[in-house]
Amino acid sequence: MMVTLHVNGVANKLTLAPWTTLLDTLRIHLGLTGTKKGCDHGQCGACTVLVDGRRINSCLTLAVMKDGAQITTIEGLAKDGALHPIQRAFIDHDAFQCGYCTPGQICSAVGLIAEGRAHTADEVRELMSGNICRCGAYPNILAAIEQVISQKSAAPPRDGGP
Amino acid sequence: MNNFEFSRASDVADAVRQMAADPGAKFVAGGTNLIDLIKEGVARPSRLIDITRLPLGRLDETGDGGLRIGALVPNSDLAYHPQIEKRYPLLHSAILAGASPQLRNMATTGGNLLQRTRCFYFYDTTTPCNKREPGSGCSAIDGLNRMHAILGTSEHCIATHPSDMCVALAALDARVLATGRDGERSIAFADFHRLPGDTPQFDTNLKKDEIITAIELPPKGFATNYSYLKIRDRLSYAFALVAVAAALEIENGAIKEARLALGGVAHKPWRDRQAESQLHGAPAIRESFVRAADNVLRDARSFGHNDFKIELARRAIVRTLTQAANGTPQSQGDKRIR
Repeated sequence: MMVTLHVNGVANKLTLAPWTTLLDTLRIHLGLTGTKKGCDHGQCGACTVLVDGRRINSCLTLAVMKDGAQITTIEGLAKDGALHPIQRAFIDHDAFQCGYCTPGQICSAVGLIAEGRAHTADEVRELMSGNICRCGAYPNILAAIEQVISQKSAAPPRDGGP
Repeated sequence: MNNFEFSRASDVADAVRQMAADPGAKFVAGGTNLIDLIKEGVARPSRLIDITRLPLGRLDETGDGGLRIGALVPNSDLAYHPQIEKRYPLLHSAILAGASPQLRNMATTGGNLLQRTRCFYFYDTTTPCNKREPGSGCSAIDGLNRMHAILGTSEHCIATHPSDMCVALAALDARVLATGRDGERSIAFADFHRLPGDTPQFDTNLKKDEIITAIELPPKGFATNYSYLKIRDRLSYAFALVAVAAALEIENGAIKEARLALGGVAHKPWRDRQAESQLHGAPAIRESFVRAADNVLRDARSFGHNDFKIELARRAIVRTLTQAANGTPQSQGDKRIR
């Protein structure tokens, strides 16, 4: 089937078998290997990307069902060479060890902040529960996300990206 | 995944027509359960009919003051809809107790009703399972059955229904609207899911050519005295061992109306009208709740690893009714059980 996927602002016309997941499309067909395949069953969150601004598991999504959608992966978060605030905060707080879950954690955190429903540490933990980190970097992931949330609430809203 | 045909439905009538034309077809929307089942080889559809472009994404007031929820409303949008948060907080709470934010963003209202059991043997195609392969036997009855049912089981199946949302919908007396070749019909929530009996391959009473178009909530939302308590092996992102939805209407310390539904204990969300009516007129105190819990579990039967579930369910029912009566519903953010 012919589909058009807008990935990180670039339109890609692709011919795909209907059983191709969005995850495999990104990694194999588009060479965007930042999005990781962890469990491939929607249980770990490593494959999290943003579709039309919402965080989803790309491993349980058929690419042909996202014809025309705007997709943001870890490769699309930095703008003009400047890291996304969440990426910056993950470095500041050393919020990873092996790094395999990190692209999913970061895309999920970007989605979380856009949703605007996490205000306390408990709420961040609960609403990040779809992303597993087997190294156990959770305290630092939490600190990184809390830093960006507190910056957001302190600063006037800015225009632009997710 | 097995190879399958893929088509889009242009409207509800087209969806019904396409489904009727292909006995091996399945509808797909959120895909959170179906795609996984296809990957595991448990579901092997000949065709997927994409229904995500149908106009079933609205949430509207009904003539009687209730709400009609389109089948394609995502779980997260439903949970956080102002009308749901304000008028049906039990449903809000139950949805947020289930899955993860990513899955709730994908999963739809109609699809949530149709998700299949997470029994390990149902997923493991190398083992017998009457639900997956009728007549092959049940591996769970004498196997690892810690997660399995204690109510309404049969010698053929002891699987549980995995949904949290459906437990709240059962307690709220929701109705399911479905359209098929014979037109539209409205199904009481209690009649939608089935007990396993000797045909555990059928989870619901939906006909093959029918599509869920909406869920209707009656006006009464029990927004003052309610609670959803989910007990599981880890605090988030896990299926229930036992879940309880409680909703009370209390007048001068006496229970005027009681709703009690259990998740994680049966092949369907478990409502017990006898236990509920026993609560009517009773004082809203612990002794009444203990009696109700004993009543709900009068015929409970366990299978070894899940023996603990009977006592766990008893305590969870008492705790959830107490939370509801006190107006202190279980928080799905702060997980401490008070």
